[in-house]
This record gives sequence, C-alpha cells and structure tokens, in this order.
Amino acid sequence: MYSRSYQRLVSIPPLLWVTAFLLLPYASLFLISFWQVHSQQIVHQWTLHNYGQLVGNPVYLEVLGRSARIAASVTILALLLGVPLAYFVSMRAGRFKNLLYQLVIIPLWVSYLVRAYAWKTILGGNGVLNTLLIHVGILHQPAAFLLYSPFAVILTLTHIYTPFVFLPAYASMAHIPKALIEASGDLGASPFRSFWKVIFPLSLPGIIAGATFAFVLSLGDFIAPLLIGGPNGIMISNIVVSLFGAAYDWPLGSAISLCILILVVVLISTTESVERRLRLGGAR
Amino acid sequence: MRPRVTWVHAHAALVFAFLYLPILVLIVYSFNGESVAGFPPHGWTLRWYNELFADDPLWSSVGNSLLVAAFAVALALLFGIPAALALDRADFPGKQVFRRLVLLPLILPGIITGLSLLTLFASAGAQLSLLTVAIGHGTALISVAVAEVSAGLQKFDRALEEASRDLGASEWYTFRRVTLPSLKLPIIAAALLIFTLSLDEIAVSFFLVGRENTLPLEIWSRLRRGITPEINAVSTLIFAFSVVTIVVWFKLRGSATDA
Repeated sequence: MYSRSYQRLVSIPPLLWVTAFLLLPYASLFLISFWQVHSQQIVHQWTLHNYGQLVGNPVYLEVLGRSARIAASVTILALLLGVPLAYFVSMRAGRFKNLLYQLVIIPLWVSYLVRAYAWKTILGGNGVLNTLLIHVGILHQPAAFLLYSPFAVILTLTHIYTPFVFLPAYASMAHIPKALIEASGDLGASPFRSFWKVIFPLSLPGIIAGATFAFVLSLGDFIAPLLIGGPNGIMISNIVVSLFGAAYDWPLGSAISLCILILVVVLISTTESVERRLRLGGAR
Repeated sequence: MRPRVTWVHAHAALVFAFLYLPILVLIVYSFNGESVAGFPPHGWTLRWYNELFADDPLWSSVGNSLLVAAFAVALALLFGIPAALALDRADFPGKQVFRRLVLLPLILPGIITGLSLLTLFASAGAQLSLLTVAIGHGTALISVAVAEVSAGLQKFDRALEEASRDLGASEWYTFRRVTLPSLKLPIIAAALLIFTLSLDEIAVSFFLVGRENTLPLEIWSRLRRGITPEINAVSTLIFAFSVVTIVVWFKLRGSATDA
C-alpha cells in the first residue's frame, strides 16, 4: 500500500548515512589492519604482520584472556544479583512493583564515569571503606588490594551492568502467565522449585539477552580499568587505546579492534539464535 | 496470607544497597569538609559547590555537551525515524543486513564505534571537533531511535492510514497528520533517551574530540589527576538532573501505555 516513492524516501537517506558513517568506518578499520607503520608513518603496504603479532605475541592473548575472564566474572555476578531481583520485583513485590522497578533504573541513568569514580572514593587507600575499617578496628592499615586491581574493575562493572541484566529478565518474567506459577504451586512445588522449574526456563531468552549485554559491554570497557584497574587490571581495549595514542600503531590497533568487532558479532548472532530457538520451543 | 520475609527479600535489600551505596557516598562526600574522603565525613560545607559554580572551564564543557546532545538528537531522529519506517514498510535489497548494521551500536562497545569513525575522519582529513563528536553520537544513537520508533510502529494500526487514504488524503498528508502524530510518544521518549545517553557518553567522544571537551571528558581529565570533591558536587547535580529526567520519562511512558 505504500508507494514506490514513499518507500524510497524513507529508505534511501538512512541507507546512505549508515553506509557512510557505520559501514565505511568498519571497512576503513579493516583496510588499515592490513597496512603497516614505518618510522612513525602509516604505509599503505599490504601485510598480515599485525594479525601475526596478535597471535604470536603472548601479551595480546594474555590480556584478551584476562579481559574475557573479567567480563565473564562480571556477567556471572550481574546474573546472580539481577535475575533473583527481577524475580522479586516482578512476582513478589506486590504494590511496590513499579516503585522498585524505577529504583533499579535510576542508577542506570547516573553517569557511568561518576559511578566508577564513586567506587574509587570508596575503595581508595584513604577511601571510605579503608578508613571505616580502621575506625572500627578491623584493620590497622589500609588494605591496598581494594583499589587498582582486577577486583575493583569487576566490582565497578558489576555495579554498572546489573541493571542491564535485570531489565530484559524482568521483561521476560512479566510476560509469564500467572496461572502457570499458581499451577506449579497448587501441584505442591515450593517457591524455589517453581522459580527453578517454571520461571527460570521461561525467562531464559531475556536472561541470555541481559548476559550478552553485560559480557560484551564489559569486555570492551576501557574507562573502569584506566580509572581503578591499576597495572594488573589492564584490559584489551586499553591496549587498543594506547596503540591509537602514544604507541601510534594504528594498523595493529585496527586489527585488534576488528577482532573484538567480529567476536561481538559472532556472540550476538549465536545468542540471538539460541534465544529464538527457546522462544519457539516455549510457544509450542 | 501474610507476606513472609524470605531470602528473596534479603537478597533484594542487599542488591539495592549495592546499587545505591556509591550514589549515597557521592552525595554525602560532596558536602564533606575535608578534601580527602576518609570516614567519618568531616564537617559540612558548601565549599565544593561554590568552587563548582566559579569553575568556568567546567561550565563551558557543560555547554559543549548540551550542544552535542541536541545535535545528536536531531541527527538520530532525522535518520532513525525513516529507518524504522523503512524496516517496517519498505522492500529493498539487503534489508536484514541494514537492520543488523543500524542496531549494532546499541550493543557494540563504544570504543569500536569511536575508533572506526576516527579512522574515517583521519583518512578524509577532517579536523576533530565537537562536530565530529556529535556525528559519532548521532550515528551510534540512530539505533535507539530505530528501536523506540519500531516498537511504536508495531502497536500502530495501519487501518488508520488506509482510512485516511480512502477519504482522499494524499500519502504525504496521511504521513503528517496520521502516522507522525501517533508516533509522537515513542519519538519523544527516544529523544529524551538519546539526549541523556549523549550527555553521559565517553568512549566515542574520547576518540573524536578536538580541542573543546564535553563534560564527561572534562571530568575524566580531572579524575586522572586525582580525587577532587568538586567532582562529587557536579556528580550530585547530574544525579539530581537524571532523576528529574527519568521521572519525566516514566510519566511519558506511563501515558503511552495507558493510551
């Protein structure tokens, strides 16, 4: 029912813009990753050297592995915090449901940087936690491991991405027919068993979506590691940042970025197909 | 049945404490009399707020951020609304690839979006400035506009458009007087979301910024030099602003779902 000209009018401008400012940039990242640097100049000579370094130099694989471990820890913690919370708010909170929902969202809207900084205030050597522990006599001198460690990065990123897990899990749970849960209870299942056997499987698509968000976004984070990670908390994006900055090796930086990009796309495609299969299975 | 306090209640209380502890610390220490954040807080003062209001570079970065956010909203809506319409009702080759591509920045770490645009601008010889930051934000946030408007279009009843056409209205008139007004709420919600996301954006800005800073980058450059309570004060103000925005957003969404 929509005329040809209408269809062209709504599709061509966004297609052009997206091609110029999303597709072309990815393509240029791809191209540069096959170039090389000679005496502080990017030379347009084709080479696989950057990808060779990526695989051959243990530093890159080690940091990539650490980033994946940090991202996985954040994802697991965010799931442990966010999923039961989604269950509580959607099923057990009664008349406080909307208020509690909004209370989970509000921290999401507080500046990312500001929340990371707040953790620095809490965990620092002269910070709130250390001085509190000394004040009440548990510690005699500040615990140094709190700040500038992978622990601090995981804590901060968990704080940031728990609402990202909560939201899709909550959306999934809100759509579960109440009758199913009542039936499970009438048949003698304990609340925990109802959760585990009925609610959890039915909300799995939402939970997977949230977990993907948490994993991918924390994998690519470079702000929290820079601010509170210290030398042992460096993640893969920090290496990319330094390659594009002081180290001035754009080709290698592009190769690493491209690997992250491909990793993310593969991960999203996989989880999306799992989600779709679960949804279809649930509908049958 | 009387509600019992169970492990789910205890768990929820702990999670809320975890989510709000840093925010509470931020607010309390923005009034702390000492510049080091020890416990307990040492006297109350408005000193950091006074310093904040006299801090010209910080306020000019606030102005820059507002400018960038306004531009990002305009850009993202200008291309996001037609993109959502195209995905809903146009046929063209590569539609699925286009859908994937336009929504990708929603989940892609900002560093990839920022870097890839940086390489494009560099090879085009473009000077980095607030404009390049705004183009980066706007382009990445087209995804938000598409997601919100698409959700609105799914609830939209096409019979309304058919009725308008049957009554003799042109396609353009129908679009202006029927389609667009019924998408008003998703569009406003998208604009609000894009505006706040742009105000807080740091990863894309980090790579595309020129000489003038946005507010998060200005805060960032000061944080790297160490802890300053002035940042607590500005964060508290931003928090208050965010809470107001989110309340407005929920009101809008509430009226959208009631309608």
